[in-house]
Amino acid sequence: MNEQYPALLVVVPLLSALVVSIAGWVNKRWGFPIAVAALGVAAWSSVGLLFRVMNEGVIVYKLGGWSPPMGIAYYIDYLNGLVLPVVSIAALLNLVASKKSIEQQFPDKAGPFYTLYLLMVTGLLGIVVTGDAFNLYVLLEIAALTGYGLLAMGEERAPLATLNYLYMGTIGACFYLLGVGYLYIVTGSLNMVDIARLLPPLYESKAVLAAFVICMVGVWLKMAFFPLHAWLPNAYTYANSAASSLIAPLVTKVMVYVMIRLILTVFTPEFVFTTLAVSNAVVWLAVIAIVMGAVLALAERNLKKMLTYIVVAEVGYMVGGAWLGNRDGMTGAILHIVNDALMTLCVFMVVGNIVYKVKGYAFEDLKGLFRKMPFTMGALVIGAMSIIGVPPTCGFFSKWYLIVGAISAGHYGFMAALIFSSMVSVVLFFRVFEICFYEPFADHHGHDNHSEGMDEAPVSMVVPLLVVAAILILVGFYTGDIVNHVIQFAIPEAMV
Amino acid sequence: METIISIKPLLAILVSLLVVPILVLSGKRPNVREACTFLAAGVKFLIILSMVPVILNGTQIVYTIAEVIPGVAIKLRVDAFGMLFALVSSSLWIVTSAYSIGYMRGLKEHSQTRYFCFFALALSATIGVAFSANLLTLYLFYEMLSFATYPLVTHHQDHEARSSGRKYLLYIVGTSIGFVLPAMLISYSLAGTLDFSSQGFLAGTGSKPLIGLLCFMFLFGFAKAAIMPFHSWLPAAMVAPTPVSALLHAVAVVKVGVFCVARVLTGVFGTDLLFSLNLNVPIIYIASFTIMAGSLIALSQDNLKRLLAFSTIAQLSYIVLGIALLSPKGMTGGMLHIAMHAFGKITLFFCAGAIFVATGKKNISEMIGIGRRMPVTMAAFFIGSLSIIGMPPCGGFISKWYLVLGTLEAHQMPILFVLLTSSLLNAAYFMPFVYKAFFCRPEDSMFENKVQEAPAFCVVPLVITATISVILLFYPQPFLRLARMMVQSITGV
Repeated sequence: MNEQYPALLVVVPLLSALVVSIAGWVNKRWGFPIAVAALGVAAWSSVGLLFRVMNEGVIVYKLGGWSPPMGIAYYIDYLNGLVLPVVSIAALLNLVASKKSIEQQFPDKAGPFYTLYLLMVTGLLGIVVTGDAFNLYVLLEIAALTGYGLLAMGEERAPLATLNYLYMGTIGACFYLLGVGYLYIVTGSLNMVDIARLLPPLYESKAVLAAFVICMVGVWLKMAFFPLHAWLPNAYTYANSAASSLIAPLVTKVMVYVMIRLILTVFTPEFVFTTLAVSNAVVWLAVIAIVMGAVLALAERNLKKMLTYIVVAEVGYMVGGAWLGNRDGMTGAILHIVNDALMTLCVFMVVGNIVYKVKGYAFEDLKGLFRKMPFTMGALVIGAMSIIGVPPTCGFFSKWYLIVGAISAGHYGFMAALIFSSMVSVVLFFRVFEICFYEPFADHHGHDNHSEGMDEAPVSMVVPLLVVAAILILVGFYTGDIVNHVIQFAIPEAMV
Repeated sequence: METIISIKPLLAILVSLLVVPILVLSGKRPNVREACTFLAAGVKFLIILSMVPVILNGTQIVYTIAEVIPGVAIKLRVDAFGMLFALVSSSLWIVTSAYSIGYMRGLKEHSQTRYFCFFALALSATIGVAFSANLLTLYLFYEMLSFATYPLVTHHQDHEARSSGRKYLLYIVGTSIGFVLPAMLISYSLAGTLDFSSQGFLAGTGSKPLIGLLCFMFLFGFAKAAIMPFHSWLPAAMVAPTPVSALLHAVAVVKVGVFCVARVLTGVFGTDLLFSLNLNVPIIYIASFTIMAGSLIALSQDNLKRLLAFSTIAQLSYIVLGIALLSPKGMTGGMLHIAMHAFGKITLFFCAGAIFVATGKKNISEMIGIGRRMPVTMAAFFIGSLSIIGMPPCGGFISKWYLVLGTLEAHQMPILFVLLTSSLLNAAYFMPFVYKAFFCRPEDSMFENKVQEAPAFCVVPLVITATISVILLFYPQPFLRLARMMVQSITGV
């Protein structure tokens, strides 16, 4: 059974997506349990895979028994071994938490929604697990197309915002495909490990350079790396809560994973950091991304949109960390994939709960929420602490590695940007907390107002949220183990 | 140095953290809730007390919570200095809990459950800072304290509370993220470790200007120490209910600030490094400036709590000054002042709160003749102010005595002058108020000539702390011995 984890991971959600859509005709209520079971299997398999990788080392799984480079191989090492559980567990927790809000928003379309949801997760898990550059493109499109569908089910402006995303996302995916085409022309292979083996003699080739640059631009577009971020805020803001709290934490992070995979495995760090020698410039781009993300977030008067700009800034963290070109920076970037996925999940699930109860997410809608929804707001506080970077929440520790990496690379601009972004995050979140805490103002010393009691979201939404919040702290305490037992082996030893 | 591994320091921190859910659940029954607070405070104090003999024997207690970063763990270590601070804050928490009951119920404040919860949380963080074995752990608890105190400062939830809360965050969190965090990471990059040691770990790692820069980043980064120009959050924080001002803004929070500064100066830089780079001299002068300016501003205050806040700003810099003198007597005086000032100043705040509960008055100009109405409270106020001035029969005398000896030992004559002038200024802002409270002409008195004190829960705690202030002059142990032990481990004298 555990030999088949890599296949189960992708096949179970894929097939159950079909089952859900068929079952929807028979009984609408069957969709949810099937989807939860499928993602449960995926989560179980991904955790099992991580432990197998930690015990046995790299796993190569030949799909259908066909050997690479002709067949498609799934390739699981320490890097995606770490990302897989994050994706599957986040998707599962969000699914459980979103049941009520899906029923509230789409009483008739729950079945199709679950189908798309499962396909989306299939695509994301596939992107992470595959060891084949072209197969990755296919899965990228599966995730993207289902993502468009999910995001478009939202407010009035959602379809238009999604259309914009569709254009940009398609261009991004095409760039990536084009880059892979170049690689195929020069190496004759689509298997990532195989390409890495064939590339070193060709490092000086213009075609390889073109392939790398085009791939990178494509991936940056898909991860909303500033200034290629313009599609993201509207698409994520106007979507329904269940979709945005799946897509906002996971899609950008999975694309950062793809970037790191390209740097570490396909093109190798020697090529990227030694032959190309543009890393300094890219880190400056990341600095701009972080600063602009933070400033644009400041300009928003609406919680959900503010959070989307924080996502844009966080992408800058990871791109910058990865491109510092040293071990600490890369450790920080990989750790931040995990941490940022979790903390973004936390804050977007909070928005989901607020929307469920208050039917809005503008700042004016948030008055008195500390009293009305104490548990949800408690989770928001923990998520905010993690985004600000307060120990012992996990966000502090990835920031630690990123800053140490910046110092040892001598890149003080990046360090300053991270500190700046932390300070702006304090302002951003305490502005929200102030509204939830003080307003509506009382006439005298707060004795008279706050008479209304608690009005918390349903248990099925609050419990998964609190689980995520607890994970934020737990992951913080286990940072040492994650780095020593997993991330350390995900980075080639040549990188110091 | 002998060390033993024990979970006791962690338990001392966790007691007040774990009591929070119980406080929330018992929110509807205030008597049960307050009983739990007392229980937690008592247990916490007993745990800390049980470690005293071990520490006095010259042994340290360590406990590692988690190894989060290679070479840096979340780790606790109890030494003499940490023990001194932990004893002061945990014993005063018990007294303050009693006072809180009198004050909060006396004024029928809202959200009392929230208040007691965050108070317990803040005490956890305070003890955590006292027992931190390295800079990361220190930073962790320092930030936890910053955020746990915010809802206490802004308790009234009105416009004034909001703007004070903003100022509080701007100064406290802004400096800790802006200065301490990068300084800590640069130190880690230089030395590869963050564990405090008796002669620091930065010696021989960086260039002189970089070490100097780090030193000032730490000094101003711990803005809870209220060293000028990062002091103005403290007067603003006086919008909080008085027990908060008393325990947090005279003892726990501000002393955490100076404790961190002292820890970093001795445990990160080390006295030899500071001395060889002459870094202590600018610190001495910054602290002296804060002492003089704080005392002078206090002279002009009419609001009693604001006056006490500026007095605190000045007194905190005594502690920094003592450490920066780098002479054994001066450092002993600085560390001892943490305890002596704590008992004196908390008495004064308790008195200010008791007056507010009993009469609703906040300004000194409205309190002429208050001594006739509240003789016990004002007698305690008199004792507390003597302790701050540094006159016998109060404990403040001992720490000032050591500080004065320290300036002579360090050959810093101008600083001796600063200390003496400051004592005069302290007398100048406290004594007229005390005098008018008791000895005004009957027709000037603003109160009826009838004794009417605040509730017993308010009065008994302030009598206790005033009594302790006096006792500390005659029996300054274990604080004096702890301070001496710490200084001995640093300087060898």
